[in-house]
Amino acid sequence: MSAVIHEHDHHHDDHHGPAKGLTRWLYTTNHKDIGSLYLWFAFTMFLIGGLFALVIRAELFIPGLQLVKPEFFNQMTTLHGLVMVFGAVMPAFTGLANWLIPMMIGAPDMALPRMNNWSFWILPVAFGMLLSSLFMDGGAPNFGWTFYAPLSTKFGPPSTDYFIFGVHLMGISSIMGAINVIVTVMNMRAPGMTYMKMPLFVWTWLITAFLLIMVMPVLAGAVTMMLTDRHFGTSFFDAAGGGDPVMFQHVFWFFGHPEVYIMILPSFGIASAIIPTFARKPLFGYASMVYATASIAGLSFIVWAHHMFTTGMPLAGELFFMICTMLIAVPTGVKVFNWVATMWQGSMTFEAPMLFAIAFVILFTIGGFSGIMLALAPADFQYHDTYFVVAHFHYVLFPGAIFGTIAAVYYWLPKWCGRMYSEKLAKIHFWWSIIAVNLTFFPMHFSGLAGMQRRVPDYAIQFADFNMLSSIGAFGLGIGQLFFFYILWKTIWGGKAPKATAQVWEGAEGLEWTLPSPAPYHSFTEPPVVK
Amino acid sequence: MSRTTTRPTNAQLAGKLSVAALLMFGFGFAMVPLYDVFCEALGINGKPTGRLAYAGEVDRSRTVTVQFLAMNDRSMDWQFQPLVKAVKVHPGEPTTVKFYAKNPRGMDMVGQAVPSVAPGEGALYLQKTECFCFNQQTLKAGESIEMPVRFHVDPALPEHIHTLTLSYTLYNVTDKAQVAAKVAAQ
Repeated sequence: MSAVIHEHDHHHDDHHGPAKGLTRWLYTTNHKDIGSLYLWFAFTMFLIGGLFALVIRAELFIPGLQLVKPEFFNQMTTLHGLVMVFGAVMPAFTGLANWLIPMMIGAPDMALPRMNNWSFWILPVAFGMLLSSLFMDGGAPNFGWTFYAPLSTKFGPPSTDYFIFGVHLMGISSIMGAINVIVTVMNMRAPGMTYMKMPLFVWTWLITAFLLIMVMPVLAGAVTMMLTDRHFGTSFFDAAGGGDPVMFQHVFWFFGHPEVYIMILPSFGIASAIIPTFARKPLFGYASMVYATASIAGLSFIVWAHHMFTTGMPLAGELFFMICTMLIAVPTGVKVFNWVATMWQGSMTFEAPMLFAIAFVILFTIGGFSGIMLALAPADFQYHDTYFVVAHFHYVLFPGAIFGTIAAVYYWLPKWCGRMYSEKLAKIHFWWSIIAVNLTFFPMHFSGLAGMQRRVPDYAIQFADFNMLSSIGAFGLGIGQLFFFYILWKTIWGGKAPKATAQVWEGAEGLEWTLPSPAPYHSFTEPPVVK
Repeated sequence: MSRTTTRPTNAQLAGKLSVAALLMFGFGFAMVPLYDVFCEALGINGKPTGRLAYAGEVDRSRTVTVQFLAMNDRSMDWQFQPLVKAVKVHPGEPTTVKFYAKNPRGMDMVGQAVPSVAPGEGALYLQKTECFCFNQQTLKAGESIEMPVRFHVDPALPEHIHTLTLSYTLYNVTDKAQVAAKVAAQ
């Protein structure tokens, strides 16, 4: 892709720079400001969610109950999941979308900038409500992030209502963000930027945005039904009144399974941007990448009941959901093949973004394989609700979604702040993280296969070694991410980091690299022409 | 800034997408009746299926044990038990068993029994033609009742199933019944 831009057309934009003071952030409608807000919010939530995870790992360090009460342990597993899914991963991706999509498609800003401001500022309110439940009588929600009825309806603590309205707000925020992405991509592309010329990050986010619009309202429906069951005498999930708690699982996972692709598709786009840059080759199979992403998104709607194999489905149902689930491995395999083929015979260098992207490809594939094992209905009866499941989804989420985000931050940070991070420190961060992440989550495969249940604060003594390893890894992983904060701080505000060039990376291609570094507050006020 | 006129405006597109989101919110609720339709069509969950009496032949060459269980939900403290623990039946043969319930409290109460059949695969073949679970049970303070269940086992029951378990969970729906009565009165 190549673009023609006017070499100095940014300087006359400078007369309208950012406002001063706190209100700049409160009232901002600038996609770059809002992107930064999202990313810092996500990082804060990432550390809070990580703290909850460390409470869990500290308790599980040795068998027996030592640090926290089982009720509090349950609150920690619940909040860890909710904060990481809705507070860290999803806002981080929305932040990246805000920063990058306008610059990648040659648009001056997001299409609906005021709604953009809203969709961000709803989030701190939502998480303020959710986290305030920790300090309430009866404690925070304790029924797991999947909030199965009747645990969350009949037996949920009083703070469940704060959780319900928190989820409503998060949902509204995500839907507004998704609408904004779709309108931006459909209406604001620069002349010549056809759909099949868009960078894959834009494509994967466009598809993610459609998934969000399809499933976040269903989640809102599920929590609304919970609310009316709890307070207004309905019986959606109450067998006594003709409802059914199993139906809750159907409604939840109809949202929940597309949700897991919402948390990974943008990472696919990030890997598809980074790997060609550092392999110095165009992406192998661009069109097949687009079609594979769309097929994964389509299939995600007909696999939800693989989370419910043990609820007593008819055999035909088990077979249908099992086969559809295994089918997802085909487009995912196409993507992994394309990434590897892009690297094949490339002139590869291994800067931090590339290292994280390669780790993403390898470790996400491991998570994908354990996913296929779990997709087998007969095997799932054994694995269900064990640490094997925990190992599986942490392999697709930490080295998948989170490593993808970290790779993106290292890759685009010089463009955002105009300064180059320290490659040496970033490499230490990478190797520290990759060892810690495997130390944390790999032993969980074994403890899970041996039968250790998830969401229980105590365990049988034969799982002690695996759990001690996991806990050591988890604390290492946590410290590694504080180090990541130090690297970011040093690069952005340290003042000594070297200045970045406009292209930053030798092999980088795309419209965002034609802008100077740091990217001016207003970019592409005149659309570039894409040939 | 002039854009090509064929594209919808940002507001139009955002409006359409908002409508899509609202429709999906509705779809979440539409899953409730859809779920019941699926359960009935597939005969899972032990939900009442056909209530018609069986008119076909009785398969005397086969005997199936049907066990009965009665449980109270946490919200309930009635005495609730089957009068027989198990019966042996031939497929196709209509059978009636009785359950006993007593309200030991000093107030009128309404109970609702919810059936479940194990194994799930056999649920489709245990046909209840009359069941106290089809209605709510109102018992005055201290009152007791014997409640009938009339059922037959469909001769199409797969060969490898020899035992079926019909279990009931009894829920206290006194509050909900009062709310419903108030609404009906209005």
